[in-house]
Amino acid sequence: MSKDSETEPSPVNGWYELFSRGSRDWLRHSEKIREAVREHLPQIVAGSDIINHGARTVRVPVRMLEHYRFRLRDSGESEGVGQGKAKPGDVLGQGNPQSGPGQKGAGGKEGGGTELLLEFKVDEIIDWLWEDLKLPNLQPRAGPSEDSDWQREGWDRRGARSRLDRRRSFKESVKRRAKDASSPAFTDEDLRFRQLKRRRQPAMRAAVFFLLDVSGSMTERDRQVSKTFFFWVAAGLRRQYRSLDIVFVAHTTDAWEFNEEDFFKVTGSGGTVASTGFAKVREIMQSRFNPANCNVYLFYASDGDNAADDRIPARSELEAIAKVARYAGYIEISAAATRGSQSETFRLFQEIAATGLPSGQFSVAGADDVSAAVRHFFAAESQAGAQGAAPAGAPGVSP
Amino acid sequence: MKNGWRSHVPKLEDLARRHGLDWAPVIFEAVPDSFMSEIAVYGLPVRMPHWSFGARYIYQLVQRHMGYSRLFEVVFPGNPGHAYLASSNGLADNILVTAHVLGHADFSNNNLLFRRCQDQGSEHIVEHAASHARQIERDIESYGMNAVEQVLDAALSLEQYIDIDQVLRRERYPEYMPAAPQPTDDAFRARFALLDAGVAAPAHLRKTRAPLPPHPERDLLWFIATYAPEMESWERDIFLAVREESFYFYPVYATQIMNEGWASYWHARLLREADFIPQAAYLDAIKCHSDVVRPIAAGEQIALSVNPYHLGFTLWEEIVKNSGIDAARQMMREDDDFSFLRNHLTREIATEMGLFRFQRQQNGQVKVVAGDIEALQESLLMDKFNFGAPRIAATEVRGDGTLVLQHDSQLDGRGLDADRARKVLAYVKRVWRRPVLLNTVDAASQPVVHSADSAAA
Repeated sequence: MSKDSETEPSPVNGWYELFSRGSRDWLRHSEKIREAVREHLPQIVAGSDIINHGARTVRVPVRMLEHYRFRLRDSGESEGVGQGKAKPGDVLGQGNPQSGPGQKGAGGKEGGGTELLLEFKVDEIIDWLWEDLKLPNLQPRAGPSEDSDWQREGWDRRGARSRLDRRRSFKESVKRRAKDASSPAFTDEDLRFRQLKRRRQPAMRAAVFFLLDVSGSMTERDRQVSKTFFFWVAAGLRRQYRSLDIVFVAHTTDAWEFNEEDFFKVTGSGGTVASTGFAKVREIMQSRFNPANCNVYLFYASDGDNAADDRIPARSELEAIAKVARYAGYIEISAAATRGSQSETFRLFQEIAATGLPSGQFSVAGADDVSAAVRHFFAAESQAGAQGAAPAGAPGVSP
Repeated sequence: MKNGWRSHVPKLEDLARRHGLDWAPVIFEAVPDSFMSEIAVYGLPVRMPHWSFGARYIYQLVQRHMGYSRLFEVVFPGNPGHAYLASSNGLADNILVTAHVLGHADFSNNNLLFRRCQDQGSEHIVEHAASHARQIERDIESYGMNAVEQVLDAALSLEQYIDIDQVLRRERYPEYMPAAPQPTDDAFRARFALLDAGVAAPAHLRKTRAPLPPHPERDLLWFIATYAPEMESWERDIFLAVREESFYFYPVYATQIMNEGWASYWHARLLREADFIPQAAYLDAIKCHSDVVRPIAAGEQIALSVNPYHLGFTLWEEIVKNSGIDAARQMMREDDDFSFLRNHLTREIATEMGLFRFQRQQNGQVKVVAGDIEALQESLLMDKFNFGAPRIAATEVRGDGTLVLQHDSQLDGRGLDADRARKVLAYVKRVWRRPVLLNTVDAASQPVVHSADSAAA
């Protein structure tokens, strides 16, 4: 529209600019979406493809919420009135069958079917998991060694601008002006800055070993499930420990340590000798992490087909680890869930758990069960952890 | 605010008055586009908060960014009426819009449906809606967002379910069946009355409780607010607030074609006769007018919808030409879109306008179909009955408090969308606080009962 020369640049009463009911209700809508998404945590956790490499967020596609109304069943056909040059029998192209009836009703302006991409922080999802699963917080085991760390302590009149304590400074100003009402509102004398001090505290380090069976029998899908599982375990442990070392070990009939990037790409062939993996873990643990002042976790993912003659060595290696570690967990990935409890490795972990060592096993059929597995292990671990530094006395975790 | 159009308002009003337009005073305000979008979404300048408006708001915002729609003006009937003009309007737009608003104000002041709804409710719907909104904000503070939202979910999902033929402030049903007609005094009665009083205890004086509801009740908002077994009084108030706003929306909805046509007729006519408008502004205004009443988007040959401005405008032009302005004013007073189209959309006009009926088939193919003028009229009106919502009435409240709803699948021609129906029943159940059932038919036209908890089909 052409504007007239009489138009002034700002003809509007600014008061109306203050209305933001639309945005407010939109925020409420987003809030509800987040609540709705939260109810589908297992699916989010299962969607391993949403985990960006190294990212701290996951993206979930969601639909706009629909405020439901009574509506007639969509018969797939509709009629209407149009205008233009057309005579009976004409076919006017292919309309979009989706934009059929119902869209024209009184409340038909809902943006139904519009997809949004919501981003969630991994930490947020972990918090939800913890709340939903009602898991207690992990009890870190403090070692004899100590760390030093900065802690907030006291106030001073000098300090960095970023540590200005406004509330306290204002109190000082109020006090001063109470004595002398004519003095200025603020002076440099009023300013108070928070101070930091180095404090020694017990070290709370943690290391988690992800041991993956990459033998020929592990399919691509099995590795995906393992990856998803490991991701959420690591996120869960990070929730508790400020510094978490992650060690990736893969094994077939032999075992190697990998960096994260290569770890999930490794494909091996041939048989499975679990004891090699356990031995490697133990070797790394002894050389780099002292279990006495470090919380060591082991999570092992496999399809459970361990070589029959490996039973004795595997058992002794695993026992050695379980005795010093906070927890040793085994996740069995088996397409046929029925087979689960009979597998060689599954039985091995059952036996270890029966002796009272902090360990557990869980069988999953696919990615959908991953959140159940995470829940199982963390519930079991915190139960074991609640027994304090005497894991040998902890009751075994039954599947 | 001072781009000059205000000086034209009194002159346009004078001109309109000379033509017999008769309206309550209108307050004109120029508001930013964001506010215009909010009005379009909420339907009222200040209205209760609900997340579903938020979803529509974003949708509208996207549409606006893509340049789909531009709102020039929104007018609310009342005494005084309120007209909101987009501040991005130019002088020419505003002159046109002012004339248009006068047409609307004349319409809502005289049309009987509008009058009835204003007499029922009030002439201050804008203020009432704002006070509903304020009350609901207070409820949120007192009872929490979730509690209030649950009530609004239910009330707004039933917002089309009012009975426009009832009064706004309805009384409860009589609790007892009406007494049998009093026997007339004949010779027998006279002698009977002489008998011992104990013998004559007349059976007809024993009261019978009336069934609830005594007849199928379409006014679901009122029915639930009045008869829900355990609703809190603030919850009932929310239902009645939504109902009052629906009473306001009904005439707007049911006379859209007439009303927009009438306003377009008058803005065109006033503009033609307003010699005080500068030449340049006049040309711009005429261009704007032709955009508004354009039947088909520029560059298109065929539209699969009918522009209500164009349809209404064409019909009013025709009526004034053939029957004169007095007859037109009478129709304006007495008709709504149903009678207006059925009485005045003739075969000749429809042919001249190039209106046609089409059917969209399951594969998405759109086919033009033949049919008489009645079929065309009914097609145009199809979405207008009952705000375009399926016909559902409350038919029974059982002994255990179960509410039974009945869908008129015969009239609507098919059953309900089962998933959505269950979701709405779940909303309603939370305020009714007893089971809620709904009778309708399934895809095979077999009777089916839905409830909030029935498993998805």
